[in-house]
Amino acid sequence: MSIPTSLSGVQPKFETKGLKAGFGSTWVLNGIDLKIPPNRVTAVMGPSGCGKTTFVRCLNRLHELTPGAVVEGEALLDGEDIYDRRVDPVAVRRRIGMVFQKPNPFPTMSIYHNVVAGLTLNGERDKKKLDLAAENSLRGAYLWDEVKDKLRDSGASLSGGQQQRLCIARALAVEPEVILMDEPCSALDPTATAKIEELITQLKRDYTIIIVTHNLQQASRVADYTAFFYLGKLIEFDETAPLFENPKEELTERYITGKFG
Amino acid sequence: MTSTIILGRHQSWRRIFDRIMKALILLSVAIAVIPLFFVTADVVVEGLPAISWAFFTKNPPSPLAGYGGILNGIEGSLLMVGMGTLIAVPLGVGAGIYFSEWPESRLSFLSSFTNDVLAEFPTIVIGLFVYALVVAPTRTFSAVAGAVALAIIMLPIIARTTEESLKIVPVTLREASMALGIPRWKTIFRVVISTGKSGLATGILLGIARATGETAPLIVTAGYLNFPPTGLFQQTGSVPYIIYNFGTAGYPNWTTVAWGAALVLVAFMLILNLSVKFFIGRRSTGIRAEI
Repeated sequence: MSIPTSLSGVQPKFETKGLKAGFGSTWVLNGIDLKIPPNRVTAVMGPSGCGKTTFVRCLNRLHELTPGAVVEGEALLDGEDIYDRRVDPVAVRRRIGMVFQKPNPFPTMSIYHNVVAGLTLNGERDKKKLDLAAENSLRGAYLWDEVKDKLRDSGASLSGGQQQRLCIARALAVEPEVILMDEPCSALDPTATAKIEELITQLKRDYTIIIVTHNLQQASRVADYTAFFYLGKLIEFDETAPLFENPKEELTERYITGKFG
Repeated sequence: MTSTIILGRHQSWRRIFDRIMKALILLSVAIAVIPLFFVTADVVVEGLPAISWAFFTKNPPSPLAGYGGILNGIEGSLLMVGMGTLIAVPLGVGAGIYFSEWPESRLSFLSSFTNDVLAEFPTIVIGLFVYALVVAPTRTFSAVAGAVALAIIMLPIIARTTEESLKIVPVTLREASMALGIPRWKTIFRVVISTGKSGLATGILLGIARATGETAPLIVTAGYLNFPPTGLFQQTGSVPYIIYNFGTAGYPNWTTVAWGAALVLVAFMLILNLSVKFFIGRRSTGIRAEI
C-alpha cells in the first residue's frame, strides 16, 4: 500500500499492521495495514459488509466485547500496540472517544450528567472541575448555547441532532486524543448533519478523527484522507480529492462512480 | 331488484352475527371476572366486621370471645417476608445480572434453566426441604426457617425479572459507557441497572407479593404462635397461618377473624400490585412476570 506523499515522514497517530477481526470462524477484516495521520479527518468508506465498522471498533477495543469476537494483528497508538497483553483495554478506551450511528445518551441522566459521565463514573468528584469540563465540552460540541439553561433536563429531551452533539460532548469531556465516528449523521436530518460536519472540521485541530461513512459527498466535504475498504481488505488510501478524482484502483473507481453500493 | 334484496339480506345477517359475537365475548369476560368479584366481595363482606383499629394491635381472641386482632400474624409475616427479602434480593438480583450480562456462558444457561424450574416448584416441597435443612437440626419451628423458605420461593421471580429488565436495556448504552473507558462492572451497576431499575423494583415487589401469601411452606417451617415473634429461632405466627388455623376451627368469631385476616392480605396484595403498575407506568418497560 503506497502512502500518500503528504504523509511520508509523518508519525501516524494510529497504525494497524495485519489487523484481522471477525466472529467465530468468519473473518470480517483480512489483514489491514493502514496509517492514520494525526490531527486530520480520515474517512473509512466502502460498501456494506466491507468491514469498515469492524475496523473502527477494533481501534478502541470495542469489537472484542461481542461474544465470539476474534482479533489478530497489531494496532499501534502512538507507536504502542493496544492489543499487547499488558495493556488495559479500559485505559485504551479513555484515550479514544466514540460516537455511534444512533445517538445514545444515557436516558436516566440529565444533560449535565451525560456530558460528565465519563468523569463521574471514573471517580471525579470535584464540582468545579466537572462544571468546567461540562461547559468546555458542550462549547466544543457547539451545544452550549442551546442547553446552558436546561442542564438538569433529561438527555433524552433533545432533538436527534442535539443528542448526537451531546454524545460528542460526552466523548470530548474525557479528553481523548482520537475520536471515532461510526456514520454519525446517518440518523439525522440535513440541517443537523451540516452542523455536525462543521463541528468535525473544527475538532480536527485538537483531535485525530476517523469517520466511517457511506456518503461519498460527506467524505469529500469533511475528510482530508479516505481509505476505501472492500470485502475486508484495504483497497486504496489517499488524500480525499485525488482518491475521488483519480482513483488508482479499479474497485475504487467503480465504487465512486456508483457501479456498486 | 333481486340484487338489492340479496345484498340487504347479507347486510342484516352480518349485523346480527356481529351482535352475537359481541355478546359472546362480553359473556366470557363476565365469566372470567365474576369469580374474582364474588371472592373479593365475599372477603370484604365476611371480613369487614372484624376490622377495627384493634384488629391491627391485638392478638387473636379465645374461642367465642370477640374478634381480637391479628397483630401476631402481621408482625410475624413482616419479620419473615422481610428477612426473606433481605436474603433473596441480593442473590436474585445478582443471578439476574449474571444471566443478562454473561448470557454466553454455560453456567448462565444451566442456572437460568434451573431458575425457571424452581419458579414452578410446589411450595410445600420447598417447605419440606427447609424443614429438613433448618427445622430438624435446630429441633424447632422458627422464623428463620420460614424466612429461608420464603427466600427460596422469591428467588427465581426476582432473578427472572431482573434478567428481563436488564436485557431490555439496549446494547448501545453499554457500548457508549465502555467506549468512555468506564470499566465493565461500573457500566453494569451505574448505567445498565440504573436504566432498568424500575423493572428490578417491579420484580422485587412481585416477589414480596408472592411470598406474603404463601401458607403451606410456613406450616412446616415456622409453625404458629399466638403472640408477636419472640425470637428468631422460635415458632412464629403469620397472616396466612391465621387464615388456615382460625378459618377451619368452627368457632364463629374465629371464622370472622380468619375472614378479616384474608381481607387484610387481599388489601395488601392490591396495594403491592398497584405499586407495580405505578412503576411500570412511569417507565413503560413492559415487564410482565408470571407468578
